Amino acid sequence: MALLTKKDTKLILDPLADNNPITIQVLGICSALAITAELNASIVMAVSVLFVLGLGNVVISLMRNIIPSKIRIIVQLVVVAALVIIVDQVLKAFAYELSKTLAVFVGLIITNCIIMGRFEAFALGNGVWRSFLDGIGNAAGYGIILIIVGFFRELLGSGTLLGIPVLGNPIDKTGLYSIGYENNGFMLLSPMALIVVGILIWIQRSRNKALIEEN
Amino acid sequence: MNKESNIYTVLFAGAMVIVVGSILAYLASALSAKIKENERFEKQQNILYAMGVNQNEDEGSVDFVPTDRVEQEFSSFITEQLVIEGDKITQNDQAYLINIKKELDLIKDGKTPKLPVFIGEKDGETFYIVPMYGKGLWDAIWGFMALDKNMTVQGVYFDHKAETPGLGANIKQRYFMDDFKGETILNGSQYAGIKVAKGNNDPVNNIKDDNEVDALAGATITGNGVSEMISKTVRLYKDYFESLRNKG
Repeated sequence: MALLTKKDTKLILDPLADNNPITIQVLGICSALAITAELNASIVMAVSVLFVLGLGNVVISLMRNIIPSKIRIIVQLVVVAALVIIVDQVLKAFAYELSKTLAVFVGLIITNCIIMGRFEAFALGNGVWRSFLDGIGNAAGYGIILIIVGFFRELLGSGTLLGIPVLGNPIDKTGLYSIGYENNGFMLLSPMALIVVGILIWIQRSRNKALIEEN
Repeated sequence: MNKESNIYTVLFAGAMVIVVGSILAYLASALSAKIKENERFEKQQNILYAMGVNQNEDEGSVDFVPTDRVEQEFSSFITEQLVIEGDKITQNDQAYLINIKKELDLIKDGKTPKLPVFIGEKDGETFYIVPMYGKGLWDAIWGFMALDKNMTVQGVYFDHKAETPGLGANIKQRYFMDDFKGETILNGSQYAGIKVAKGNNDPVNNIKDDNEVDALAGATITGNGVSEMISKTVRLYKDYFESLRNKG
């Protein structure tokens, strides 16, 4: 038997494009706006969410038959908060530098709508393995958008990628700056993340007409 | 047992709190020694960084003395650790462990704080390093500033708890911290601080005696926080530096 059935593969691949959590479900927008001014931060956030959502979906799925439905949201919140704190503490003890980079994201991970959304919509009603795949798939779909947005915002806003200048030096006027190019400081502000996400949604829907909702 | 009954719900919630609580409590106590040690090393690294003892290689890097050497380097470069309490100045080898936030809170209550100063020697130069603590946009910001007797900045280190990555978080980037080098805190003999100013027409900070450095785009509130932090905490040491100058 193959490791992944056709249905399993669909669980991973769907959220990457046609059922993307950000561009289609419009979840997790808050963190997408907050931390995409730099490519580096986008990547860190994508990896963190991948970890938390993969593991959280597994835990919730394991507990799905004993969670009382009246307090299921609180249970989900406790699970994700506990996971994030455990990771944070372990990193603080054994990878202090990394933990400092992540400190900013801890709060944003706990409140990420995608995590609660997947717990609620998938892990509560599906088996452990499928929930794990669903978590990985959705986190990857989220991560891809974050990295695309981060790429354009850092490139156009600061002229760097991962902190390395790629368009020349804006102060000494070398490279592209010597012919009058200027960094667009507006790209660093949150509204531009929304506009970049909007452009991605536009491109995606114009290529796949099936995604356009009827009014 | 009925999963939807109130009793089950309460029992479940209680059990969950106990389980999660014990896991977190166990983890916190098991790791606390290691975490404390990391924090101690970090403070030493930051103090040394402010006085220019670091592993910076190229233009953009912010690299500390590695943790396995930091204690040794700290004791060799930092010659004295002083605690200023009102008019009393005492030596204290643990001064770097003073929690500056708590001391600043004492001022609000009208009490006398214990203020640490670290005196470093490097290449025949003397560095007086003072801690800073303030508030950014989201949470705390802090740092260390190395000054000479005339309160001219020799180096700074800034850090933050949760400023926005790519915007306010850039206060710990080299291009921002290096701007402070050579700036003066005093204007004549008056305390002026250093203002993080927008549009001061001096992006590479050539003018050193204007008590201003260029602000970061998109990080107005964090920048104001840095100005405020310098104005509030470094000011507390004004008398100490004055007494240093009077001694000659």
